[in-house]
Amino acid sequence: MAKEYETVIGLEVHVELATKTKIFCGCSTAFGGAPNTHTCPVCTGMPGSLPVLNRQVVEYAVAVGLATNCSITQHCKFDRKNYFYPDNPQNYQISQLYLPICRNGYVEIETPEDDGLKRKRIGIHEIHMEEDAGKLIHDDWEGSSLVDYNRSGVPLIEIVSEPDMRNADEVIAYLEKLRTTIQYLGASDCKLQEGSMRADVNISVREMGAAEFGTRTEMKNLNSFHAIMHAIEGERARQIDLIESGEKVVQETRRWDDQKGMSYAMRSKEDAQDYRYFPDPDLVPVYISDEWIARVRANQPELREAKMKRYRESFGIPDYDIRIITDSKHMADLFEETVALGAQPKKVSNWLMVETLRILKEREMDAQDIGFSPKHLAALIALVDQKAITTTVAKEVFEVMFAEDVDPVAYVEEKGLKTVNDESELRRTVEQVIADNPQSVADYRNGKEKAIGFLVGQTMKAMKGKADPTGVNKLLKELL
Amino acid sequence: MANVIDDETIEYVGILAKLELSDEEKDQAKQDMAKMLDYIDQLNELDTTGVEPMSHIFQVENVFREDEVTNGDMREAVLANAPEEKDGMFVVPQTFE
Ligand SMILES: [Zn+2]
Repeated sequence: MAKEYETVIGLEVHVELATKTKIFCGCSTAFGGAPNTHTCPVCTGMPGSLPVLNRQVVEYAVAVGLATNCSITQHCKFDRKNYFYPDNPQNYQISQLYLPICRNGYVEIETPEDDGLKRKRIGIHEIHMEEDAGKLIHDDWEGSSLVDYNRSGVPLIEIVSEPDMRNADEVIAYLEKLRTTIQYLGASDCKLQEGSMRADVNISVREMGAAEFGTRTEMKNLNSFHAIMHAIEGERARQIDLIESGEKVVQETRRWDDQKGMSYAMRSKEDAQDYRYFPDPDLVPVYISDEWIARVRANQPELREAKMKRYRESFGIPDYDIRIITDSKHMADLFEETVALGAQPKKVSNWLMVETLRILKEREMDAQDIGFSPKHLAALIALVDQKAITTTVAKEVFEVMFAEDVDPVAYVEEKGLKTVNDESELRRTVEQVIADNPQSVADYRNGKEKAIGFLVGQTMKAMKGKADPTGVNKLLKELL
Repeated sequence: MANVIDDETIEYVGILAKLELSDEEKDQAKQDMAKMLDYIDQLNELDTTGVEPMSHIFQVENVFREDEVTNGDMREAVLANAPEEKDGMFVVPQTFE
């Protein structure tokens, strides 16, 4: 009988914090600057330069720790992690080993199971603050590498989970939970593709029921949920194959190649994994008082669970809509602000759930990138409510609004898109349609009720969508 | 000297520090390291029960900067001492991932 195996997974998630400046110097963290234009003696490791901690980094780290049920290490400090690599100009990375800022937390995740949702607690071992490294560009032609230190010193938090996950679904649910929580806090935009959220996955397998963990490997270079899922499946299979053929799993760091769907053992800088950590003498200890923690706690925004509960109680929209709208803080804000401007919640929800999601999907955009304003969405809904435009026209206007955030009232006026309420014009068009479509007319008169749908469509087309379909239907019936 | 540093240790420390030492230098380094460890042993004789571990010599804590951009573009200065530069970047020997 084939043996059954259990996968044991723990995650190390790096999140780039949304500060304006780097963790230890006043250089900008803005994306897209020309190489090395956001650098100074501190973040390029010049001798004699002195790092000074950015207060906002501590604020964000505490906020994330509180939101993930961690205890805050009130006396914490920084340590040096020593290694040589050109992306690290000091030859050490400033990080936290001995006293990480947050410890012993957890988040609750939900994964689909049979005909319901399974809830599970994933432990958070610790969260520490550290600095990002520079970027290496390989120049194969010259046989050299080029270094840009614009990202060097950008603040990160590393969230280390307990090995509590057992399959890819749980890993994705955990990452989504972290992402929404951190986005709600405004501590990071958490974009996997752009690298502001990065996950290293520790995987081992063991026989079902075994008490000891197997030897684990660490998988790097996972920059999409898709890559993470495939890497987990691939690594599970690779380790089971090794065990079944009597070989041993080697504890090592592996790099996932998503194109090829396989991983490779990494060499070079991992050869000697002896980082000789010691306290950084350039940075003084950080003391986070009870008052400071209380202040961060008091300033925490409403998080997703609380928001979902409030939506259920006050907006009367389906649970499915609530889940999708609150998945992104930006979309939830848009929803609430549009409703606050007087639009009916269900109608706002419909615009977000149908048209907005469709366009986002078509253009491979993120909900965070929605550019139209609540004011304009409310105005569009009002135009439909007042029957000033038809829903067909509204959808066209919405497309333009989505792309350019135009004012729908002005746009409808300018393009002459208002519904025609001129009875005589409508009557003329309907008469023309009847004259042009004798077959459908005959069908309808012979009892084929459905034929009228075609005639309504023809009329709407002739009116360029600017007629009220109910009115057209009524008039057609009258004239037939 | 109570402590003795063996060849293997000095070899390993050399690799970690990316240092290539001659045989004489290795001998000297072994002696220096042994002396340092002897000194640590001497410190360890002190009874530190009930003493909070110290991570910094100054009784100072919470030195912060506010999150405001104070540095402009100083690329020229940053690259001034680079042995080699190209397209505004430092040139280093090819590294592999
Ligand atoms: Zn800097």
